[in-house]
Order: sequence, then structure tokens, then C-alpha cells
Amino acid sequence: MSDCHDGCDGGRREFLAGTLKLAGGAVVTVIGGSALASSSSSPTSAPRPGGGAYDWNEHLWAYLIDTTKCIGCGSCARACKAENDVPDGFYRTWIERYVVGSEDSHVDSPNGGMDGFPPVQVGFVANKSFFVPKICNHCRATPCTQVCPVGASYRTKDGAVLVDAESCIGCGYCVQACPYGSRFIHPATHTASKCTWCYHRITKGLKPACVTVCPTQARQFGDLKKEGDPVRAVVEHDRVQILQGHLLTEPQCYYTHLDKEVR
Amino acid sequence: MPEITGFAFPNDIHVTWSLMIVMYPYITGFVAGSFIVTSLYHLFDRQEFKPVARLAMATSFAFLLVASLPLQLHLGQPQRGPFVIVTPNFTSAMAGFGILYSFYMLVLVLELWFVWRQEIIERARRSRGTKRAFYAALALGTYDTSPEAIEIDHKAIKILAGICLPAACMLHGYVGFIFGAIKANPWWSTPLMPVIFLLSAAVSGIALLILLYQVHAKLERRPVVASCVQALASWLWFFLILTITLEELELIVMAYEKSESWLIISELLTTRLSFSYVTMQMIVGGLIPLILLAVVVLMNRYLHEKVRNTLATVAAFLTLIQVFSMRWNIVIGGQLLSKSLRGLRSPYEPEIFGREGVLVAIALFVAPFVILWVFDRVLGIEEPEGGPAANPPAAPPGAAPAGSHVP
Repeated sequence: MSDCHDGCDGGRREFLAGTLKLAGGAVVTVIGGSALASSSSSPTSAPRPGGGAYDWNEHLWAYLIDTTKCIGCGSCARACKAENDVPDGFYRTWIERYVVGSEDSHVDSPNGGMDGFPPVQVGFVANKSFFVPKICNHCRATPCTQVCPVGASYRTKDGAVLVDAESCIGCGYCVQACPYGSRFIHPATHTASKCTWCYHRITKGLKPACVTVCPTQARQFGDLKKEGDPVRAVVEHDRVQILQGHLLTEPQCYYTHLDKEVR
Repeated sequence: MPEITGFAFPNDIHVTWSLMIVMYPYITGFVAGSFIVTSLYHLFDRQEFKPVARLAMATSFAFLLVASLPLQLHLGQPQRGPFVIVTPNFTSAMAGFGILYSFYMLVLVLELWFVWRQEIIERARRSRGTKRAFYAALALGTYDTSPEAIEIDHKAIKILAGICLPAACMLHGYVGFIFGAIKANPWWSTPLMPVIFLLSAAVSGIALLILLYQVHAKLERRPVVASCVQALASWLWFFLILTITLEELELIVMAYEKSESWLIISELLTTRLSFSYVTMQMIVGGLIPLILLAVVVLMNRYLHEKVRNTLATVAAFLTLIQVFSMRWNIVIGGQLLSKSLRGLRSPYEPEIFGREGVLVAIALFVAPFVILWVFDRVLGIEEPEGGPAANPPAAPPGAAPAGSHVP
């Protein structure tokens, strides 16, 4: 099972990273001087715990959400906030609750679902109810990088859409251009901020924080270039949906069992 | 925290584009609109616009000088603003601003120089010391006011106006494009957006000139030329009809198509924007000036000059409110609407103080009039009585003609 494999691998890596932090200067000797040198020279070549630089040409990341598995516990949103120091009132990921009847529907996401969902009363006969995790879709034809006037928003070769906070001018055009509401202007840095798929983790062989903590595997992360990758298998062989397909942004965040009510 | 009706994506509750982004198209609109007026005289030989031609050009210049400030003030990292020009990303609509702005500025300054060249030379001749050096520098070392040179000036003015008019239209049409090309936002995303922006720019430019011209004439103790006000009112009426028609057509099409977004947009217009859209943009700033201007245009021969000027002035003032409301409703209205198309946030109230506050916005609007006043002091907006000295002999630098005086 790939999850076990990556989870175990991730555990070892985390342990190793913790040890290294304690060891301080011993980092160079343990990881290997050459790996560290290469990581500092290039932002795209983060060191692997086992040595060897990360090569973004070897990966093409994709995100998969099975809405039937989400229980709305909010662990993912909390983990994201803790991992990425997301400011209060802003969200890199969130969970939406849908209560749907034949006449009407109700959608909410109190505090992005971070604190779970209190019971809700609706004024219509509800036929179904479900949760939908949302995250940046890391679109292949993304309007957010298209509109950035200085090229501070960009898509990496391995498929992540990132923001260079050092060159972002904070104009907010990308925030307006994102159809999914995934971006915001960080209140402290005054630059655009968004989900990075935990790029600092995935380039070290780990999963994004939200995927790691999801207790039901509603959120999965995989590599479309990797043979036998379970996410790749679903994207290639199952029926998958994307959000707002009519906008032709080519999201790399795929859904299974998506309801028509979800936008 | 803003209140939400329905469901908004959690990040959609923030109004990222503030009052400054409302001021940006408002100010840029005056740049283009004023230039359209000056072009009617310089390019299309409409003699009735002669009394406002130079004022219009100076107005376009004054507003152009502050046009980039709202953008700059809005940036989260203002010190990185020059990156837009130094390292532009050419797929971005916004990256075009630096290029269009610089180009228009260059051509407009050139045209200003040709139009005001004779005054600059006159003043260089009349002044002494530092003042003289200043005007001599402005004259770029040429004191030739011979009929041949004037003829060349006129040709240059016409050619430059021919370049400047499309440049001004591009500058403002492009502002509409910034909004119209955002497919994520159904309230913005329409090819009509640049056209509506451009037409409303013409409206705001002409309206402002109706007011400015009369104020300036009063300050200068010159008579207000009735045919000029009449012509401005006629063109204002024409452009206002086009603007309001297109603004309404956009909605009618959306409503008739029963498009996916119409449900939430109709709610936006009738709840959050009921005052700024229905009352201000459509009735106070739209319908009423349309009627007033119709009276001015259709009943011209029956109107006393004072009545006509008053009607035109009131209509012009109201259309300035119309255009501001339109900018507000587009920029702010588009952000009250969540991209979930299921919810609206509570109305946005701009801060009073602060970089993007109301006081700064007022200062930005006032600044061009201060610039115009300085312009008038330095170069004189109107031609001196009897026009500039016909063909005085080219004076050697340092020698002011005898009997000259500094006004």
C-alpha cells in the first residue's frame, strides 16, 4: 500500500529531521555535504532524507478527493494552518457542508470547517448531506499566473502553482482571477498567499499536511509520472470530475462522487 | 467581520480591491474623456470646441500625472511597483499599464509642447533670470515663431492628436479589459466592459469640462461661449445615451439568458447595490441628466442662456456621480459577490484615514485641479487675448523685448 509505504517513509524522515535539528551543525555530516550544497544553490532541488536532490522533472503531482469519504472533522484545515502558519480568517484549504433537498440546498463552512460542523437545521426536506474539501486546484491553465503582472505567480514543472513572496507586489489581481477563491492577500506580508501542496514537504518525499492527517483518506496526493501510483490509477481509469470545468482552467485537483450542487 | 448572506467561499469575504481601485478608472477616465474633447477640435476641426480645447488638453495631462497613484497606493508592496515596468509578465493585462501609460504620457507631453510652444517662447522673452532660464529650457532652445514654424506646429499637433486619441482610448479601454477579462467573476467578465468603460470615460471627461470651462471662464472673467456649452451638452447627451444603453443591455442579456450567475447578480443589484446602482447610477446619475440634457439639446432655441448653462451644469455634475457610481458598482460590487455564486457579503465601507482611505481618495481627486492651477500659472491655459504675438523677431537669449510685462 503506497500510503503505508509513504507514511512509514515519512515517519523515518520526520524522525531523522528531528534528530538533525537537535544535532544542529551535524546536519552537514549526516545528510552529506554535496546534497546540502545543491539544495542551497537551487530552490527546486531540496534534499531527500536519503540523499540526492529533488528533480522536478521526475514528478507531476495531482490531488484526489473522494467526497464520500470526508467526515467533516476539519483535521486537514487545522493541520494546514499549523503547518503553514495560515493567518486567522484566511484559508489555504477548507471544507464545505452541503445539505441538499429537491427544492432547496444549504451550504456552509463555519471557520472553513476548522472546528468541525455544528448541527444545522434547514427549512426544507433534506435528501442528502455531504462534505466537500476544497483546496487550490493547481490548474494547468491557471488564470492566476496569467494575470500576475510581474510573474511572481508561477507553475512549477512538477505541477504546483506557487507565489514568490519576494517579488509579489501585492496587487491582488491573482486573488480576483482565481475562480475557486483559493488565494488571499496575507495580512502580514501583504503579498498573495495560497496552498502550495506543502511544497516544502512534497519535495522531501512527504505528503501535504492535509493528506497526512486525513483519517479517512478522503484526500489523496499522488504523482502522475509514477508507475502504480494509486492517484494516477484513479485519474487514468476511473470517472473523475473537476470544479468549474467550463472555465477550462484544467484543475489538477480531481474529485470522485462530486454532486451537481458543488461549484 | 463582514456578514454573509448565503454561502461565500471563506476567502471571498475580503474586499481585496479597495477604494483606490475605484479611483483608478475614475481618474483614468478623465484622462481619456478630456482628450476626446480636445481631439474634436484639434483632429476633427469642430470649431465650437475651440474655447475648451486647450483646457481639455491640460486637464487630460493633469489627471494623467495622478493616474498611476491609486494603483501605487493600493499595492501591498508599493516599493515593488516599478517591477511592473522593469520585469513585466506579458500575459498579464495589468503589465500593459506601464507601456500604455508611458506611451500616452510621451505623446501627450509632445503635443502639449507644440500647442503651448508660442506661449513658452513669449514667456521666455518676457522673463529674466531663473524664470527666463526655466522657460528657455522648456522652449528647448528654439525661438522660431515664423509662419512656417507655426504651420509645422499645426501639422505636428494634428499628427500627434491622431496618435494620442487612440492611445487615450487604449489606455482607458484597457482599464475595462482588466475587469472584462476576469472569467472568474461573472459581474466583470463581458467583452462589453472595455466599451462601457470607454464610453463612460467620454461622459466623465465632457461633464468635467462643462463644469471646468464655466468655472475657469468665471475666474478669468471671460464670457462663457454659449455655443461651446451647447456643443458639450449635446455630446454629453450622446455619450450618456450610449453608456446607459450598453450598461442596461448587459443586464438585459444576462437576465434574458437566465445565465447561471443572473440569480446572484440580480440579488446583488437589488440588495447590496440598490442605492449605488439603482438610485445613483441609474436614476440620479442616469435618468435625470438624460432628461435635463434632452431639454438642453432639443429645446435649445427656447432656453435663456443662464437656464441652458445651469441645466447643463447640473446634468454634468450628476453624470460625474453616475460615472463614479458605475466604477464603484463594478469594482466593489464584483467583490461583494462570492465566486461560489451562492452568497453576498455585507457592503464594503472604506476606511476614512489610511493609505487607501476616503481622505486619500479626495486628495487624489483634488490633486489634478491643483496641477491645473499650477499649469495655468506657469503656461497659461487659455490663449492670451489676441493670441500669442504674431511674428516677433527671434530674440537673442537674455534680451527681453522693450515694453514687455509679466502678467
